[in-house]
Amino acid sequence: MAAFETPPLGEYPVIPPLRQGAMAHSKPFVAKADHQKPLGFPGELVPEWEKVAVTRLGELVSQSRGLQVFLDSCVKCGACTDKCHYYLGTGDPKNMPVARQDLLRSVYRRYYTFAGKHFPKLVGARDMTKDVLDDWYAYFHQCSQCRRCSVFCPYGIDTAEISMAARDIMDSVGLGQKYSNEIIGKVHKIGNNLGLPGPALRDTLDGLEEDVKEATGVEVRFPLDEKGAEVLLITPSADFFAEPHIDGLIGYAKVFHAAGISWTLSTHASEAANFSLFIGNHDNLQKVAGRIREAALELGVKRIVVGECGHAWRVAYSFWNTLIGPFDFLDPRYPAPQHICEVTYDLIRRGALTLDKSANADKVVTFHDSCNVSRGSRMGDVPGGQFLIPREIIRACVERFVDMAPETIGEATFCCGGGGGLLTDDLVELRVKGALPRMQALQQVVEEHGVNYLAAICAICKSQFTKVLPYYKHPMDMIGSVHGLVSNAIVLGSSK
Amino acid sequence: MSALTVAYALLFYAATAILVLGVLARCWRYARTPQPLKIPIPPAPTTRGGVALRMLLEVTLFRQLFRSSKWTWLFGWMFHVALLLVLLRHLRYFTEPVWFWVDLVQPFGLYAAFAMLAGLAGLWARRLLVDRVRYISSPSDHLMLALLVAIAASGLAMKYLVHTDVVALKAFFLGLMVFDWRPLPADPALLVHLALVATLMIVFPVSKLLHAPGVFFSPSLNQVDDARERRHAAGWSAKIVHVNRARGG
Repeated sequence: MAAFETPPLGEYPVIPPLRQGAMAHSKPFVAKADHQKPLGFPGELVPEWEKVAVTRLGELVSQSRGLQVFLDSCVKCGACTDKCHYYLGTGDPKNMPVARQDLLRSVYRRYYTFAGKHFPKLVGARDMTKDVLDDWYAYFHQCSQCRRCSVFCPYGIDTAEISMAARDIMDSVGLGQKYSNEIIGKVHKIGNNLGLPGPALRDTLDGLEEDVKEATGVEVRFPLDEKGAEVLLITPSADFFAEPHIDGLIGYAKVFHAAGISWTLSTHASEAANFSLFIGNHDNLQKVAGRIREAALELGVKRIVVGECGHAWRVAYSFWNTLIGPFDFLDPRYPAPQHICEVTYDLIRRGALTLDKSANADKVVTFHDSCNVSRGSRMGDVPGGQFLIPREIIRACVERFVDMAPETIGEATFCCGGGGGLLTDDLVELRVKGALPRMQALQQVVEEHGVNYLAAICAICKSQFTKVLPYYKHPMDMIGSVHGLVSNAIVLGSSK
Repeated sequence: MSALTVAYALLFYAATAILVLGVLARCWRYARTPQPLKIPIPPAPTTRGGVALRMLLEVTLFRQLFRSSKWTWLFGWMFHVALLLVLLRHLRYFTEPVWFWVDLVQPFGLYAAFAMLAGLAGLWARRLLVDRVRYISSPSDHLMLALLVAIAASGLAMKYLVHTDVVALKAFFLGLMVFDWRPLPADPALLVHLALVATLMIVFPVSKLLHAPGVFFSPSLNQVDDARERRHAAGWSAKIVHVNRARGG
């Protein structure tokens, strides 16, 4: 790993000048054959891969109106050029959304458009070559698929869709990314990203029950595979062991306990994350999601609730009904699926939870909107509920809450820098630099309001911030779960 | 009948056919291609009516562009609105009697030509002066601006420098529409103007000008945010079937 410098935080955000090739060296580890095969991908670069890649591109375009419109419609207006956190953090022009799209668009034009076939130079069309493939591998792994650019595009061109297509094409010719593909393989084989088997999971949950008993004197249960429970909780496996994620899991358990809702986890579907989204492969996307439908039916639950995980909530909210629905076997009185924040918010509104803000009196809290929750999903029944509900929960649990600058939150939120399958140590330089815009906004509320707690509802955000906060001179434990705040504030004694 | 008249008559038949059929073919392809998953971009409306309103605001006011880049919005919006006025003004060469509202547009249409040039100049300046926009520009992006500037300039030249016989011109186009060819005035400025317009019509269906029909088909803008309430299925996702039973059950 080459040494790199953490970008300095100025007094205000600046758009950097172009630094060509600044991140050309940033490439994640390549998947080995062992990581590729279980996902149905070739183990190494296939013969005549150029042809295979171009054919796959044609298939994808014919299967997705979005991809087709996005590839045809860009007018190169430049509105997106200063919107990507990776561009803002690195200055590499290929990290401008339109330039990233053009890496694929140039090949699409060459093989699938009149202008590109006959006048390639004029319209910037390129043959599919090894150089192009290398560029794809570097720069389509510098996109966290956060969709911020598409909020600012006059045609809604979604770079995430293009980056997913490019990764799918690379997988189909045998050039996969180790981090994502290895993890998807574990879910197929064991049921979660960590490869944590059932007995180990039970052990962990037993430990949590003891911890909570010790801390509160209340027997809060962490059930696993309990048939007939009302709620099946699907949560990212990081919630089982990582800090600060685990405080969130304890928070969910306390909420269920206080509200008297019976719930269970599942060993078969012990993972909310679905990294197949990141690699744009719908066979794997469906297969990973399928485990959840199977578990819900087997356990006979009435509701499915999803824990704090950004892309998982996007897949759950936006895609589950399509992929593993219809949910006609669940209780129709509740949305299917439901976010844990929707559950908690609803209970708070109905006065079913007792919350003591003074338990969080030491904290000045701000909230990081996670990209996939903000721009790939919703909560509640009004547009923008995904911004409102987590904030309302936080306000109910803490005495002091402040928001970061408006152009850095809500639907314009900046990605943490580690989403989209990039949360791996082989991309740490990219992750640190990509966190710059978020760190800039955070720095401002730290200086102006003394913020000392950054709350989030995404496992990737939490891990990413734990890693990058120290690079920007903040303590790593400044990041925490929203339900960690709930866990602190909730008073359990009243419901025996 | 001069060779020139024949050539321009044929050119405009060809250009019109290419423009109409090309755009229709592309729209047909978009309409036929499935969108298997829900990918609306927030703030996404939760009803079809909301989507119609969103699309209306987007194509009339360029709302997302306004949010992202004020200069690009200013020049881009100025150009598009001016172009619309200019096009409407030109209807007078294709209608007899001239529709009353085309007469109302007439004075605005004349000024609009200058606004159109100013908008194009602003967009081109950005393309040349802003390093990020310069980087993403292909030769075709500059040529497209050059083509539009030349069309506007040659049009203005006829208005203010070298007048052309608009009565004869109108007769030519009215005749063209009923396959009754009339002579075309052989003024150089007019011939240049018409040739450039025909070129624009011909490249429309194979260029980035497809953004005009494309925006209506963009799923991130035209989808309703109702994924939980309504099961969406199209293309590969419509082939998914499940049986409501547990594993091995």
